[in-house]
Formats: sequence, structure tokens, C-alpha cells
Amino acid sequence: MGKLKTITRRTFLVGSTAVAGGIAFGTYLAKKPLANPLESQLRVGEVTFNPWVLIDAEKITLIVPHMDMGQGVASVQAAMIAEELDLEMGQFEISFGVPDGAYYNTALAAEAVPFRSTDTGLQAETMRGLIGSVMKIMGMQVTGGSTTVPDTLNKLRIAGATARETLKLTAAIKTGVDVRDLRTASGAVHLPDGSKLLYTELATEAASLKPIHHNVLRDPKHWRLLGKPMKRLDVVAKSTGTLNYGIDLSFDDMLYAAVKLNPHKGSPLASYDDSSAKNMRGVSHILPVTGGVVAIADNSWRAFKAVEAIQCEWQKAPYPAEQGEHWQVVADSFTADRLDKIWRDDGDVQQAVNQKPDAQAEYKAPYVAHQPLEPLNAVIRNGKQKVDMWVAHQMPRFAQQKVAAITGHDQADVHIHQQYAGGSFGHRLEFENVILAAEIGQQLPDETIKLTFTREQDFAQDFTRQIGMARGQGTVKNGQVEAMDLQVATVSSSSSQGKRMDQPMPGPDKQIAEGVWNLPYAIPDFRVRAYRVPELAPTSSWRSVGASTAGFFGDCFLDELIHIAGADPLVERIRLCDDEVAKQVLIKAGELSNWHKPLKPNQGRGVAFVESFGVPVAEVVELTQTEHGIKIDQVTVVADVGRVIDPINFDNLVKGGVVWGLGHAMNCEITYADGRAQQSNYHQHAGMRMHQCPRIIVKGLENGRQVRGIGEPPVPPAAPALANAIFAATGQRIREMPFDKNIKFV
Amino acid sequence: MQITVNGVQHEIDVEDDMPLLWVLRDELKLTGTKYGCGIAQCGVCTVHMDGLAVRACQLRAGDAQGRQITTIEGLGTPEALHAVQDAWIEHQVAQCGYCQSGQIMSVASFLKFKPNPTDEEIDFALSSNLCRCGTYPRIREAVKTAAAKLRGEV
Repeated sequence: MGKLKTITRRTFLVGSTAVAGGIAFGTYLAKKPLANPLESQLRVGEVTFNPWVLIDAEKITLIVPHMDMGQGVASVQAAMIAEELDLEMGQFEISFGVPDGAYYNTALAAEAVPFRSTDTGLQAETMRGLIGSVMKIMGMQVTGGSTTVPDTLNKLRIAGATARETLKLTAAIKTGVDVRDLRTASGAVHLPDGSKLLYTELATEAASLKPIHHNVLRDPKHWRLLGKPMKRLDVVAKSTGTLNYGIDLSFDDMLYAAVKLNPHKGSPLASYDDSSAKNMRGVSHILPVTGGVVAIADNSWRAFKAVEAIQCEWQKAPYPAEQGEHWQVVADSFTADRLDKIWRDDGDVQQAVNQKPDAQAEYKAPYVAHQPLEPLNAVIRNGKQKVDMWVAHQMPRFAQQKVAAITGHDQADVHIHQQYAGGSFGHRLEFENVILAAEIGQQLPDETIKLTFTREQDFAQDFTRQIGMARGQGTVKNGQVEAMDLQVATVSSSSSQGKRMDQPMPGPDKQIAEGVWNLPYAIPDFRVRAYRVPELAPTSSWRSVGASTAGFFGDCFLDELIHIAGADPLVERIRLCDDEVAKQVLIKAGELSNWHKPLKPNQGRGVAFVESFGVPVAEVVELTQTEHGIKIDQVTVVADVGRVIDPINFDNLVKGGVVWGLGHAMNCEITYADGRAQQSNYHQHAGMRMHQCPRIIVKGLENGRQVRGIGEPPVPPAAPALANAIFAATGQRIREMPFDKNIKFV
Repeated sequence: MQITVNGVQHEIDVEDDMPLLWVLRDELKLTGTKYGCGIAQCGVCTVHMDGLAVRACQLRAGDAQGRQITTIEGLGTPEALHAVQDAWIEHQVAQCGYCQSGQIMSVASFLKFKPNPTDEEIDFALSSNLCRCGTYPRIREAVKTAAAKLRGEV
């Protein structure tokens, strides 16, 4: 931690060369506060009260420690601070800060424990506390797991309150007015005589005080910003082409790099011939890197062309060459020795299914790519004293470690400049661009070089979602679901990802059966067994992770049983539901979708329910079978996040999650042939396009006890709701993604 | 060669077959036009050539000579927004925002020819502009607002 304190302030004070003085504020609920990274190199007159607030004579800077990949972190986290600090949106600048343990993620612990999110028993809470401590000690500054809001809602408001109270005390000392007679509004302390002192005017004097830790937060009913429609701070820049993403950065004398990596992911380059590439216009260097080659030129396109012209011999993949072999390994994994964990075992399933099961089915979910629209990139400058890297990354401290390991610098001398990301969906949890840029920088010290992946390279190297299958059997009795026994077998994306982070993932992988074992249904006999498929092609976290596959398996198979029982799909789910918050979600989805309103003969309606990241979500899909294929007309989504902090963003993210879930279920998969991904660009892996997008009706409920995030939870129910609606319309059960293998879409 | 972008003539020294996209981004540093796929599948590089929406990744620099090229930077600015950008801000369309320059450029061109489009016409016009974040519902609303603004109704 000590070394991190030496990070220079310039790295986060974007565009503030004329700083005269200031202060920074933060807060920790934990017993022993971590060092405030803003304290280390404050200049005269600057003040910091904690790691999130920095004020000087010129301006107020709020630090948002999560990466903004489109989920609106930069706005909502700043608004949390501004709410208690009495700032208006627009009265401050935001900065993504520096990688630092102080910004560790407190909410990820909730996801890491093998307990239902509704379980607040001693064992579950103890385990969450324990893992929370590990996150703190390790300084896990991570964006992921839909934790943007839950991680920071309290700590950033406390940061704002602490700064506010300290500024008030400063004003009291300065003016002699009793602090109780002072109030704050719009970036200033207001005195009883109607005059005011701007926070920026108080910065220098505030710096000499010990910050007042103030953790009494305002009642949400008095909120000015949070919980109300807010205008995103980045929306003008994103509508005028003026927001710079990492890929847009430009420096004087910058060189452009393109890469060609072994399409047999993870295997080395055997040999290469660059005789035609090295003489191409604008090309200055051809460099070998781990697993491939890099061309450096004076323009991205020239680098792309040059790297393409390099003839490479590749070593073969360490995983099976053909897709059929991958499926075979998955199918062979429903065995006792690959049993990862029995996650749920209510009643006596074995006895129930020993009689003839009423339903048996097998489900499949393929590898799927992330492919955000901004391709992977990074800018590197490897100086003697320090390394600078400009990159959008969800785990900047790990990125820092990766770079340091390659360049030999002290980790503290690796400066990661966090960038806005043009999407991620989990892609920017990986390190390919970071490692390659560092290797390039190591070979070309003192040069500034921008590495850009072509879309084809990005596809070829993407660490996809887990591949998996499920086998279900079950019984019904008296019009009700009686027994459900589901076996889920997937590769472990967590351990595949962990390997690349040098982090072992001990114990069972909670993601394999996530979204099904934790269903809030009191099915009398209910068993969920997870099987770990040995690693095949490398995989990683893909928006909503395990629930994107197991949620599909579980809900669709339940839907089969409900139909066989002759029950109504929504009514039976509500009857089975043993959690009041989840039950209200289902009931509201029924109301808003007019569930019981009759449809035309060529139409169908399907419901699905999945809980992931602690958020119960129900979706109802309504569709029409047309002569050109299935047309999805409408989706109704109800989710309970405890409290909706940013209503417009909530609505936008829910709709986006539905589009993501439906689109990939409809038409996306990555398959392997000769050890290479067969899909190379969006013509083979598009997801949903505009003309396929349904009307989407969104409702957020606030019955849950805890505030939760919404980036991922709308994804898992989308695929099963679509499959269930297709069944309702056509009588055809779709048990394999992508659905367009078996049915046509408009 | 000479090309005219946003009304400004630039002298550039590039191959005839360099895609306009890379002239804009790396030579002229106009980075509002994005790189997404390079094969006209995603639409994030959409610009106007003589007022018509084209994919800059498919247009050779040589073929842009003598034409009027307009990029998102030339359509409007934060201080002087085009009606489509104004509608985009009003509806808070963007999530990650990476595709939005291309979406806006496609719409600005489209609305010149279809000032009062139907839902189907909007869907058809924008079906080749990909948005991985899934902002399509907001794009639809914003297109209608932009059309009304351009017709002078709001």
C-alpha cells in the first residue's frame, strides 16, 4: 500500500495545470481506514478529505472509481457524492482516479458466497463479511457483478457528507459564526446574513483541519438528485462525437500498432515471415510478441495491412480442434467425479424421479463472444522512470501488475489512465491488450504507441462465455409441479479467468448453476446439481455470467413441467414462489403485460423468472409467428433493485439487457474448427438489430431490502421468456441457443 | 491529394485506397467517426458524402476527392447542436455511446429524404447500424422527436 501513495496527482487531475490549492475527502466504514491516495502529493492549497473529493481554489473534482462502460458510473457515482455535498450537476469535474486499494469493491462479496441473496442468516453474513475483508486487503478495485450502485451508494454519500461538514466547520472558524447556523447549497456555505463562501474559497483553510467523519445520511425522501430523473454528464459529448474513448487518443509522434495473434488461443507462434510486410509504406517495426506478431506504422490502417501481410505458422490449440469434440466433452461430464456441488436438494427428488418422470429434456448453450463496438486498444509509453498506459479496464490494479511484470517497473511507477469504454460486457476484465501493449513498450522504450485490435483479431481472441448443457427430469401431480431435478454441466469461466489473473479459484464454481439453484420456488422435490466440465477453449465473464446459461436451462425446463401439469405458466410460478419480493415481481409482470388477455392464434406469450446478482427479474415476451419468421412484439420487464437510484439510466439499462439477452439467444454463437473461432465479424455474430427490437415496458420495484445493481440481471430471463413464448405460439420447444438453429426470426 | 471535410480543404499524402475512416481518424484526428468492424456491418463509421450517409470504412480516400464530406463534428457541436443531436440528448439515448455518432449521421441523412417516417421506415433505415448496448427503443423515440424538430413542429 505504501508504494501506491507515491502516485503523482497529475494522473487524476485531468487538465488542471493551474492548480493553486485544494483538498480531498473519503470515508471508510471499516475499522482501519486505508490510506487516501489523494493525500500523498497534494500541492499547497489543495485539500482532500477522503479518496473521492478533491477541492482546490479553481474547482471541485469528484473521483468515480469504477470504469464507465456505458452503465453511467461517471454520472451516478458523482451524483451520490453531490447529493450530500450539496453540489449541482455541472458544478464539478469528474475523474476516474488512480488504481488504488482504497477503491476496493465492497459489494462483490455478496456475490461470492454460496448463499441465496435473501439469506441473511449468521453463516451467510459471516461469510460475506469475511470475503469483504479479503476484498479490502487485496484492494480489489473491480468494476463488475452489477455493483456500481451497491458498492458505492453509502460510501460516496458519506464522502460527500464528510466533505460538507468539514467545509462548514472551516467556514465557522473563518467567520466566527456558529456552525449550527450555517447551511450548504450549490457548492457554497451560506451564512445567516445571506452571504456565502464557495467551497473553492475554503479549500486552503479546510486543508489544515482534520476531516470530520460524518456518517449520518439524509433520508432518501429529501434527495435532490438521486432517485429522480438525472441528465447524464456524458450525454452531450456522446451525442456530438466529442467524447474521447481510449481508441481515440492521440499524442505527438504517436505510432500505431496492429497485432496478429495465434488463432489457436493461448498457443505460441511457431515462425513468421515478414519479408513483404516490413517494406510496406509507413511501417517502422515488426515485433514478435507472446503468441504472435505486431506491426508498427504511422497510421492504424497501414499497421493493419502490414500485420495481415505477415505469414505466420502457428502451434495448434491446447483444446479440442472441432466443435463437436467440445460438445462431446460437455455431454460426458454428467458423472460423479465431475460433480462440482449439489446446490439444492429439497424433498426427495430421487424417489420422485425413480418413478417414470413426466418430462425429460436436454438443453444446450454455446460459447458466445462479448464484442463491444470499441475494439480492444491501449496506448503505452514506457519511460525510464515510469510507464504510462491509457486503457479502459475493469480491474486497473491487476492491469498495473501485468504491466509491471513485463516492464520490470515498480507497480507504483505504472500509471494506468482509466478511459471511457465503448462497451465491455465483461470483455475488459481480460488483459490481452494490456499485456501486448506492455510488450510493445518494452521493445520500443520512450515511444508512444497506440495498439488497436482489428475486429477480426478481437473476435479471434475473445474469451467467450462458458459452454454448457443441462439435463432435466421432473414430475407433476394434480395440475402442479411436483419434482424438478436439474443437472447443469458447464466449463468454469471463473477458473479460466482466474488462471489469467494468477488467482486460484478454490471450491465449487457458484456460476455453473447460478440462476437456477437459487430460484425462490418451493417445489416439493427440487434438486440442482452442478458439474464442472474440464477446461476447453478459454472462457470468461460474459454479461450476467452463469445465470445467462443456467437461468435459461432452469426456467425453460420448469416451463415444460408447468405445461405438462396443465397449469398456467404465470399462475403456477406465483404459486410456487416462496419469497415475497420475488412474488411481487411476478405479479406485477402479469399485470403490466395483461397476461390473461387472449391473443390471436398466431401469437404467443411466455414468461420467465431468474434471480441474479440479488435481483429478481420477471420478463413476459409477446410474439407473432409471421410468414417471414418470429417477430417479437413486446417485452414486459419487472425487476426489484431495492431502490432505483437513477431512473432514466435504470430504464435504459434494463432495455439494453433485454436486447442483449434476446439478441444473443436468437443468433449468436462461437464455434471452433481446426482450433479457431469460425466467426470473425458481426455478419456472423450480430445480436439484435433495430428491426428486431420489440417494444419494451420497464418497471422497477423497491420492495427488496438492499440496493442492487441492474446492469446484468435483466439479461438471464430474456432467453427463456423468448423460448417459452415461441412454445406458446408454435408448440415447438426450443432447447438450444442460438434459437435460429431451429426457428426463423424476422 | 485534397479532400474537403466539414467545409475545410485538407492536403493529405495517403494511398488512394486508404479508407476514408483512417484518413479522418489518424491523419486529420477527427475521431468522432469510429472504427467498429471495417466491413460495413456496424455503421459506427457513418459520415455524409454530398449529404448522403456512407460507411467511411468502405470509401476509398481517392473516391472522396472532390466531394463534400461531413462528419459528426461538422454536423453540430455541443454549442450549436443539430436537431438530431438535440433529440439524442433530450432522450438520453447513449449508454456507452460508441455507436451514436454513426446512428446520428445515418438519421440526419435519412430524415432529409423521409421527413415524417413510419416506425417501419425507421427500423429499415437503421437496421444496419448496430448498437451492442441495446439503445434501440430510445433511438426510435429520438428519431421521431428529431423529425418533428426538423419539420418545425417542436
